Amino acid sequence: MSEPLAQSGGGLTAAPDAPVLDVDPGIKTASSPKIAPWEERHTSYDVESFEVPRGREEQWRFTPLRRLRGLHDGSASATGRVEVAVHTGFGDSADVLTGSGVRVETVGRDDPRLGDGGIPADRVAAQAWSSFTEAHVVTVNEARSDDAPLTVTVTGPGEGQTAYAHLQLRMERHAEAVVVLDHRGSGTVAANTEIVVADGAKLLVVEVHDWADDAVYVGAQHLSIGRDATLRHTSVTLGGDLVRLSPVINYRAPGGDAELDGLYFADGGQHFEQRLLADHSVANCRSRVMYKGALQGAEGGAAAHTVWVGDVLIRKAAEGTDTYELNRNLLLTDNARADSVPNLEIETGEIVGAGHASATGRFDDEQLFYLMARGIPEAQARRLVVRGFFGEVIAKIRVPALRDRLEAAIEAELEAINS
Amino acid sequence: MSTLEIRDLHVEVETESGPKEILRGVDLTVNSNETHAIMGPNGSGKSTLAYSIAGHPKYQVTSGQVLLDGEDVLEMAVDERARAGLFLAMQYPVEVPGVSMSNFLRSAATATRGEAPKVRHWVKEVKGAMSDLEIDPAFAERSVNEGFSGGEKKRHEVLQMALLKPKIAVLDETDSGLDVDALRVVSKGVNDYKAASDVGILLITHYTRILRYIAPDKVHVFVNGRVAESGGPELAEELEENGYERFTGSKEEQPA
Repeated sequence: MSEPLAQSGGGLTAAPDAPVLDVDPGIKTASSPKIAPWEERHTSYDVESFEVPRGREEQWRFTPLRRLRGLHDGSASATGRVEVAVHTGFGDSADVLTGSGVRVETVGRDDPRLGDGGIPADRVAAQAWSSFTEAHVVTVNEARSDDAPLTVTVTGPGEGQTAYAHLQLRMERHAEAVVVLDHRGSGTVAANTEIVVADGAKLLVVEVHDWADDAVYVGAQHLSIGRDATLRHTSVTLGGDLVRLSPVINYRAPGGDAELDGLYFADGGQHFEQRLLADHSVANCRSRVMYKGALQGAEGGAAAHTVWVGDVLIRKAAEGTDTYELNRNLLLTDNARADSVPNLEIETGEIVGAGHASATGRFDDEQLFYLMARGIPEAQARRLVVRGFFGEVIAKIRVPALRDRLEAAIEAELEAINS
Repeated sequence: MSTLEIRDLHVEVETESGPKEILRGVDLTVNSNETHAIMGPNGSGKSTLAYSIAGHPKYQVTSGQVLLDGEDVLEMAVDERARAGLFLAMQYPVEVPGVSMSNFLRSAATATRGEAPKVRHWVKEVKGAMSDLEIDPAFAERSVNEGFSGGEKKRHEVLQMALLKPKIAVLDETDSGLDVDALRVVSKGVNDYKAASDVGILLITHYTRILRYIAPDKVHVFVNGRVAESGGPELAEELEENGYERFTGSKEEQPA
């Protein structure tokens, strides 16, 4: 009764000269772009080295530039700052940080550690880099138990205010931690977030974007992964007028293992955009991407819009690469648009595996009928299906109180449309 | 004592060439403690009857009545029908990814019973019912019907019936696609529930095979969207011998 609106997928083991784009765009999925040659991917700390985007560029074609409030064209001056607070625990159990295993610093632009994560690859990220005045660096040099998560709360500058932010989360060699990066509040923010996972370290980080309705946040996540290091990064976007996130995985040495999960829930008028790049530049690294989104725009109002672009590049030197990426979108109402564009480019055939899948479909009325035919009321049946859809993403979050908060947030979103 | 009455039921579906009438005046009454077999060739409308009773939105009732103990079933939403005591074991159970069987069963039992079953009793009840149907306990943590074989799906349909305890159960080709061992297990599950309750059963099937395991009190031959003939178990035997030819004028459909 409900057909997937767009499907593409399948795994492939690369043959040296094989064409690697097998995206079938279908309805509601953007036409597959010609990726700029990767050698030409421009990175720079200097905003002036990037042209002002006009909206036609591959990097910007989905983003409503008018809603960026000048972050992209140099006209947005900083008028405020983000507040950054670090606690142990999460939610009700959050407590003052003690002990020597975690260091929280506020540093100037000249701190030599800044940039360890990666280099900006678009104009807004470069603008943020050119404009921030202080950076927050959180360093973990101990193996912390899963029961003692760290919470880094980033609060926006306030309605009508603009801030450029810089945050670095450093995991020293063999350090282990569970970290929640909790973004909230109002205002306009452009930011670089560096996540540096040193050799043998292990980080489970959940980046939550639960902004107020007015907020605009454009952020680049520079994920640097050392030898035999493990990163589990879950990105959750629930609130904000426009949120655009660009995580890039940079492998620094062989043996890196990165799993990037994502969950987003867009209502009418919201624009949530995720642009990922797994840059396999060294041998024997692994990447897994699983992003799931739900969209619901109320009839007669503004549409809900999400964009997911998943780029995977396997460079010539990256033999033994193992990668798979997946994006699923669930359209809960008709007034919603989900763009989903997986790209896979392979420069060596000596890999373990590479594949991608993308599907966008309407809410499955047959599932609803089945549950209701067992007596379950419609609203509850919808909740079960949507929770089930997000279940495999939420299940991987190791902070029970955060899982509860996300489930409650999803239920609140669903109730908003049913009422 | 419950009664499901179907009176002069007409149902159509939307097709590319406009609405098409599938049920053309079905009359049928099923009481508690009765088992009625509905037999008919493919395309006769048997499944449409099942889905129409359950309230699938694809099927439009154009006229007629369905009453459960005098209450108008057609006025009820799908979930209300289930809570009123109707159950449909589906021919093609739907996969619901990410929703565990145990969560699903408990949600359904809570809805149909009007209150959440006490955890301790409930766990025991589910375990027992699963064991009766020779279902591996590991299925409780799997997503509803996802990756289940045909036989596993049918066992879980009967499991749901046993746990939700309907007054009237419609079994839509519960026998199709089952090997003889699975058929025996599923039939035993149905018979156990019959023995333990007053359930009235409407058993829809293409084949007489399942009637060797689940004895019908009445047999109805369903042809061209209505009941063409009703009788006792001997009617099934006649179909076994002669097929549907007498009713359809065609030799193509063999019931056994």
